[in-house]
Amino acid sequence: MTQAPGGTRTESLLEVRDLKVVFAAQAGLLSGLQGGKSRYARAVDGVSLDIRPGEILALAGESGCGKTTLARTVLGLERPAQGEIRFEGEPIGSSTRKLRGYRRKVQMIFQDPSGALNPRQTVYESVAKGLRIHKVAGDEERLVAQALSQAGLRPPERFFMRYPHEVSGGQRQRVIIAGALALQPELLVADEPVSALDASVRGEILKLLLKLRDELGLAILVVTHDLGLAWMIADRVAVMYLGRIVEIGPARQILKDPQHPYTQALLSVVSDSEGLEQIILRGEPPDPTRIPGGCRFNPRCQIVASGKAAELGIEERCRTQDLALEEITSGHSAACHVLSAASGKPGNSSPT
Amino acid sequence: MSLIPNEPLDSSLMLRGSPPPAAPPKSPRRIAWDRRRRSLRESWNTFRENKIGIAGLVMLCIFIAIAVCAPLIVPHKQTEITSGSSINKLMPPLREAIPSTCHEVSQEGGSTKIACDTKFSMRYPMGTDGFGRSIFAQWVWGARISLLIGLTATVIAMAVGAVVGISGGFFGGHTDTFMNGITNWFLVIPWIALAIAMASVLGPSLLNIILVIAITSWASSARLVRSQTLSVRNRNYVERARALGASNWHIITRDILPNVFPIIFANTILLVALAILSETTLSIIGLGDPTRVSWGQMLERGFNAGASSLGAWWWLFFPGAGITLTVLGFAMCGYALDEILNPRLRKR
Amino acid sequence: MSVLSLRDLTVTYQTRGGGLPAVRGVDLDVNRGEVVGLAGESGCGKSTIAGAILRMLPDGTDIGGEVLLDGEDVLKMKVGRLRAVRWKDASIIFQGAMHSLNPVQRVGRQVAEAYITHNPGKEKEAQARVTKLFEQVGLTEGRVGDYPHQLSGGMKQRVMIAMALACDPKIVIADEPTTALDVMVQAQVLRLLKKLQADLGLSMIFITHDLSVLVDVCDRIAIMYAGKIVEQGRAKAVFETPEHPYTKALAGAFPDIGDDRYRLAPTGLGGDPPDPADIPSGCPFHPRCAERFEGCDTTVPDLYPAGEGRRAACLLVRDRSDA
Repeated sequence: MTQAPGGTRTESLLEVRDLKVVFAAQAGLLSGLQGGKSRYARAVDGVSLDIRPGEILALAGESGCGKTTLARTVLGLERPAQGEIRFEGEPIGSSTRKLRGYRRKVQMIFQDPSGALNPRQTVYESVAKGLRIHKVAGDEERLVAQALSQAGLRPPERFFMRYPHEVSGGQRQRVIIAGALALQPELLVADEPVSALDASVRGEILKLLLKLRDELGLAILVVTHDLGLAWMIADRVAVMYLGRIVEIGPARQILKDPQHPYTQALLSVVSDSEGLEQIILRGEPPDPTRIPGGCRFNPRCQIVASGKAAELGIEERCRTQDLALEEITSGHSAACHVLSAASGKPGNSSPT
Repeated sequence: MSLIPNEPLDSSLMLRGSPPPAAPPKSPRRIAWDRRRRSLRESWNTFRENKIGIAGLVMLCIFIAIAVCAPLIVPHKQTEITSGSSINKLMPPLREAIPSTCHEVSQEGGSTKIACDTKFSMRYPMGTDGFGRSIFAQWVWGARISLLIGLTATVIAMAVGAVVGISGGFFGGHTDTFMNGITNWFLVIPWIALAIAMASVLGPSLLNIILVIAITSWASSARLVRSQTLSVRNRNYVERARALGASNWHIITRDILPNVFPIIFANTILLVALAILSETTLSIIGLGDPTRVSWGQMLERGFNAGASSLGAWWWLFFPGAGITLTVLGFAMCGYALDEILNPRLRKR
Repeated sequence: MSVLSLRDLTVTYQTRGGGLPAVRGVDLDVNRGEVVGLAGESGCGKSTIAGAILRMLPDGTDIGGEVLLDGEDVLKMKVGRLRAVRWKDASIIFQGAMHSLNPVQRVGRQVAEAYITHNPGKEKEAQARVTKLFEQVGLTEGRVGDYPHQLSGGMKQRVMIAMALACDPKIVIADEPTTALDVMVQAQVLRLLKKLQADLGLSMIFITHDLSVLVDVCDRIAIMYAGKIVEQGRAKAVFETPEHPYTKALAGAFPDIGDDRYRLAPTGLGGDPPDPADIPSGCPFHPRCAERFEGCDTTVPDLYPAGEGRRAACLLVRDRSDA
């Protein structure tokens, strides 16, 4: 088993290798008439990742970077075009039947708790849903109560008969978490778990996630655009841009001392430090149907734009040579020609 | 993937204040059923506030009551029924049901003329037709047939439409293309042509009329169900069910169907109205079952006998009014239901 | 001289279940050229205030108090005067503004319409104004003829800003203008707003739930909770040294990256923002407050002075200043 960059030598719970997920983006009517072909959006374009038991990994990036698609593919909700996903060493399969056993162990937390709960089903029924689908043996009522308690809804019986619209946003998210916990999973995939909640309530849900990791040994893959969230709960952070991971490593290192120019720019606009100049990138991330050649970040990269790359004589490389993640220090990798040049390695880059 | 913030007011308005009082512990299933009953009662209360809906419901109840109680209102001589189906047993042939009040009158020149009592009276509250039969009696039994045909045809159409719509909408891909193709085919066919063709092949009978109407109206239901399924299919709770490991059958029956059903139900009510009108049309053009009396049949006979030129307005008016009011009743109920069940139409 | 003054503003929605007090007595001043931030979460009433200023709330809503726009009370204006004032004296950038654009009309046309509504017949002038506005908000001239779907989220937001500036208003009310945007685009838009404010001397009310954004853009901030202002003062001071326990909690949701106090230690409040139909007695924050004491559930705090230009509605502040 090869090691993914940014990992260390412990047995991985989840392994993702060279994953590619592609969507057919249909040409609109007018451009179709004009002879435009349907294009393909390479939402995830070669991602390798490891998640260890009991670790919280934050997958950070802006819209269109592919983090949500990656999370959904890990859950089996999207089919990869290439690459593989292994859980506890075994490939996860693609048919509903094969995925069934996998789904007991890997559960999802949704961004919008209101939409994720069936409005016609009570809290009890929503939490029991997973138990019924997998025909879990045991006293259903006790298992539901236990899950609700673990999610912080106490006393659980008081919530059995409520409907989703009768509880608050934070509580709804706890119901979703309880529904996932009922199956006693080993990995939680949380897609923007608190962004739809009120700001003052977010901390409580984040505290709950940390508690679940500490007490139950759950590993959590958190997809977020909020680097502050990563600071508060993540062990490791992976920053994504246009379908690839551009930097990955221990959270503290990445967030306090980012190496990749994209990470540096993101942190500069989010952090509130004095004297740290904001690097506001030009434009917006291009859509995944039109990925730039060379290093995909080069059109917006502040190092290229400021001329520094030309000074270092690597601008040509930035514009024409694609590259993969490279280790900078133990456990910390980034994909940047400037960094490769600085560390003296020729870099494992390839022409586009 | 953009962040759409919560509407500030909506989410706080969704919170209900105090929790329900602590009740003695019941099994969660019982609790769920109690809640369902309570929510049905709430829906009923909302419906009650809608004046149009109530008016429509009252009209419908009257007509349904008339249809159901037909044997009590107009008792008929139970004659021997020779042909087999149970539908025929409910609807005795016309001749035996209606007492004739015509009699022969001899005239000068030796010929006889048939004279019938054509005036309103207590015995004939709606007058008589050209053959002296009570319009009222025909009208009451006609209500039965018209409503029966309308309801049965609609139920069949909805069932077929729901199956086609849900399977196309849920599975997508080739299944959807195929189902869509069939649906479109049936939508496009001019239904009169199809009806005539079917009637001439199958022969006019009650069952055949029901089949014809069902076959020509299921397509629009299928379309509606499909679009509703598509919108529900993409909701997050369906995705959650999938993430939990649910099979397709589970998702369709537990998550999609209950959320698609309310709008289907409102649409069904409106479809019944259309089915009754379809039956009327078929009868008027002569494709109806001549041995059964329905409002459409009454109109057909009236037209054929020249009721309008004879000035016998009552022959056409009462069945026409019956059809109009029944259809209106269904439409009004359907309108009110749609307002209740389709949250987007609700006035804030 | 204040451009906008809210005096004891109260807004009560009429619903089937009775009156819903969304805003319960708010005093706020915005001076010329100043940016005032209004922060709070769902149900606090901040978006209601945006609607109340131009009387854009549903019919039947009870609005009390005064809304003085350059001295004139908007609430007492006749419809004709109100229409003239809307957009010309005060304009709004709505929440979810990107979805407010007409998808079948070119964006340049939509902005021009805003101008033409108040200057009927002046087509040529409108075109010139649109060109100038687009330039000011950082959109290239070619974009004037584009349809909304051809623009990205950030660009659409710029169009909305251009629209709000079309009639050169005295004050712009921005209701969650950057909430649906990515952080980088948000930074771009905020930088634009700061530039416009500096160049045009714009007065602005900036409404959001994201405190960290406010610190960057605003001169003064007011924090709202349960329909009232619970703290106000200079932006940086409020964010860095909050006086009110709610402000402290809200600031905790947007920690500084690199601040070790928050590393693996998220802070949050239990409970939920109160439902306007069911506001707690006394200090509305007391059920969730970590610092509450005897009397918090019975006494309704006023805004007590808490330093230079600072006020907070907390009994602790009152007691401290009394001492």
